[in-house]
Amino acid sequence: MSPPVAPPGWSRWLVPPAALSVHLSIGQAYAWSVFKPSLESALDLSGTQSALPFQLGIVMLGLSAAFGGTLVERNGPRWAMTVALICFSSGFLLSALGAATEQYWLIVFGYGFVGGIGLGIGYISPVSTLIKWFPDRPGMATGIAIMGFGGGALIASPWSAQMLDSFGSDSSGIALAFLVHGLTYAVFMSLGVFLVRVPRPVKTAADGTPAPLEGVQVSANSAVRTPQFWLLWIVLCMNVTAGIGILEKAAPMITDFFADTSTPVSVSAAAGFVALLSAANMAGRIGWSSTSDLIGRKNIYRVYLGVGALMYALIAWVGDSSKPVFIIAALVILSFYGGGFATVPAYLKDLFGTYQVGAIHGRLLTAWSTAGVLGPLIVNWIADRQEEAGKSGASLYGLSLVIMIGLLAVGFVANELVRPVAARHHVTPQKEAADVPEPEQSA
Amino acid sequence: MSPSQSSPPDGALPDGPVPDRRPLIVFAWVWVGAPLAYGLYELVQKATQLFTG
Repeated sequence: MSPPVAPPGWSRWLVPPAALSVHLSIGQAYAWSVFKPSLESALDLSGTQSALPFQLGIVMLGLSAAFGGTLVERNGPRWAMTVALICFSSGFLLSALGAATEQYWLIVFGYGFVGGIGLGIGYISPVSTLIKWFPDRPGMATGIAIMGFGGGALIASPWSAQMLDSFGSDSSGIALAFLVHGLTYAVFMSLGVFLVRVPRPVKTAADGTPAPLEGVQVSANSAVRTPQFWLLWIVLCMNVTAGIGILEKAAPMITDFFADTSTPVSVSAAAGFVALLSAANMAGRIGWSSTSDLIGRKNIYRVYLGVGALMYALIAWVGDSSKPVFIIAALVILSFYGGGFATVPAYLKDLFGTYQVGAIHGRLLTAWSTAGVLGPLIVNWIADRQEEAGKSGASLYGLSLVIMIGLLAVGFVANELVRPVAARHHVTPQKEAADVPEPEQSA
Repeated sequence: MSPSQSSPPDGALPDGPVPDRRPLIVFAWVWVGAPLAYGLYELVQKATQLFTG
C-alpha cells in the first residue's frame, strides 16, 4: 500500500484532526477500569483477572509499536490507521462475543491481544506524518495528537459508565456496551483514514525524482545502535516513572499526606485531585510540547527533569504543612509527565531526522512499558514497607519521593549527554531515494 | 499559516482552481472537538470536588 499524497490545495490543518480521531479512540485503554467491577461480578473474576485484558493490551501496544514501526513507515499513515481501526474495533467486537457467551479468554484475546495491536500501530500512525507537515512546529503537532491519547480516557470513562448504567452490568449488558464501543470507534476513527495525507514530495528540477530530505537522516536500525537513542530511552523512562509514581497512588497519597492534619482530604476531594492531575497531564502534552518549539528540545527536558526533581523535593520538604503547595507541585510534575511523552517525537526528529522517525519512536516506547512496571512497583512497595514499619501520613512516602528525585537526576544527566548523531550512522541520499515508496495520488 | 491556506511543505502551487477546504476543516475539528469537550466538561465537574468535597 502506498502512502496517500495530498492533492494540490490540501490543508495541513486537516492532519491533526485525522490524528486526533485515532488517538482519542485508542486513549480509551486508560478507562478500562470502568468495566472491571461489572466483569468481576458477571463472570466471577478476580481483580487481577479483570485487569488482564488491559495489561495485555499495554504489552501489545509496546510490542506492536516497536516491531510494527518500520511497516508503518513503509506503508504510510493511512495503512496504519486502517490497521489500527480494524484491530481496535475488532477487539471490542470479539470482547462483545466473549461477554455474551461468558468466555473470559475471548475478552482477553479480543481486547488485549487484537485490540492491543491497534493501540500500538494507532499510537505511532500519525507521528511521522505530522512532523513532515509541520516542520516548523513539530512539538506542537505531535503534542496535539498525543494529547488526544490522554483525552481518550476522559471521554470514555463517563461514556462507558453511562452505557453500563443503561444496558445493565450483567454479561449481556457488558456485551452490548462492547458492541457499541466497537462500532462507534470504527466510525469515529474512519475520519482519520479518510483525511490523512502525506505532503507532496519535493521534486528535483533535473529529472523529477524526489529530492533527498534535508538535514541528518538515520534509519531505525541504525538509530538503536547509537548512544543518543539509549540516552533518550533513559530520559523517557525516568520521566515517565516519576510521573506514574504520583499518578498511580494519587488518591491514597493525598489522603494519607493530610490524614493527621486539621484539614483531612475526603474521598470525593481525592477523586477531584485525580481528575485535576489528568487535566494537568493533558495540558502539559500540548503546552510544554509547543513550548519546546520555541526553547529547544534539550532545554525543555532540562525543565521536565530538573524542575520536576525540585517539585518532588518541595513536596518532601513542605510535607503535610501546606496543601496548596502539595497540589501545585503534583500538578506541575504531571504536566511534565505529559510533556515528556508529547515532546519525544520532536526530539527524535531533531536527532535522527524524519526518514524513519515513526519507527524509531515506536522502538523508544519500550521505555514507557518499562516505566509502567517500574513506577507503581517503587511507590507501592515502599509505601507497604513503610506501613509495616509503623509509619503513617506523609512519612509513608518520604523514601519514594527521594527515589523519584534520584531517578529524575539520572534522566537529567542522560539528557545532558545527548549529542548530535555521528556521521557514520547517517543514511546516504541514494539509500533514501531507494527506500521512498511510490506515492498514491489521492483527491 | 491560516487554516484556509493549502500548505504542502514543498510550496507547490496548484495549476487549476483550489477547492475550498474550509468546510471540511471545520467539520473535522468539530468531529474530534465535540467528544473532547464532553470529556473535559465531565472532568471539570469531577475536579471541582477537590474544592467542594
